[in-house]
Amino acid sequence: MDFVPASERASGAEDLYLPRTVRTAVKILVVGHFAVGKTTFVGSLSEIRPLRTEETMTQAGALVDDLAGIDGKTTTTVAMDFGRLTLSESLVLYLFGAPGQQRFTRLWQDMTQGALGALVLADTRRLEQSFEVMGLLEEHGLPYAVAVNHFDGAPVHPEEEIREALDLLPETPLVTCDARDRASSTRALITLVEYLSKRTAPETVQEYV
Amino acid sequence: MTPPASRRDKGLVRPYVVTEGRSHPTRNTFDLVTLVMAHDDRPLGGLSPEKRALMELCLGGALSVAEIAGHLVLPVSVVKVLLGDLVDSGHLSTRAPIPSAQLPEAQILQEVLDGLRARL
Repeated sequence: MDFVPASERASGAEDLYLPRTVRTAVKILVVGHFAVGKTTFVGSLSEIRPLRTEETMTQAGALVDDLAGIDGKTTTTVAMDFGRLTLSESLVLYLFGAPGQQRFTRLWQDMTQGALGALVLADTRRLEQSFEVMGLLEEHGLPYAVAVNHFDGAPVHPEEEIREALDLLPETPLVTCDARDRASSTRALITLVEYLSKRTAPETVQEYV
Repeated sequence: MTPPASRRDKGLVRPYVVTEGRSHPTRNTFDLVTLVMAHDDRPLGGLSPEKRALMELCLGGALSVAEIAGHLVLPVSVVKVLLGDLVDSGHLSTRAPIPSAQLPEAQILQEVLDGLRARL
């Protein structure tokens, strides 16, 4: 039987369980500061209703979120949201969304361990708040790409200005996405994975213009 | 944007009761994306309510450790302790994620890329 992605199957009901043929599970992190759209991004891509797990925070990690300029966000979560994409009959990808404040928890250790890489979501209204999580990824040696999540009413800056503001390395990919849109979010993820492939096997890469 | 938080019941039982006071699993082989499969030939009698719930969930098919924690609304650290016991007792087996040292990473990344492109 040909493999049919869960998202394209006729039945409206989601498949809770993985296909029996899945052999390999990989993970990619979706990180960024509070209210940057991580949960939305994971929700747009996941074939299952996104799940959430909560872990007890240590005292050192208990930060107070800054609500300035953020409408309608009144709760603080110390949680990880995640979703699932079955990519082939043998491979499943999990997306884990979490803020950098969780670095002191076992959950953050669990998430970063063995992850292929990370997509950093950024908000042009609060670019400086992305530094913390980018620094954390660098500490863990996790490669990342940056996706600016476009919010209605947020200022639009030329790419060069954003690169400079975020102090990105020349090779770090930077894209704009709409976390509410599945295709747009998929393209952001593809940009990250293309970058990861390029880093892994530079000798096989013919031409990258 | 986080959907309106439906405050889930936290339950009245503290995590350390669920795990019988232990904070570490009997084995250290569980990653968030370790895939777990239940064996349907093991008796469920005598299992604690949490282990029974875990088994009932897993008997439906394969799930990752993270999904089990999410569905059962239990912390991952607690789920790992329960999983360790259930692997020890032969109720479950796991398919570990490929250790990153052995990962044929270029191949996996290409598969991920192909899968994502096919979704566009």
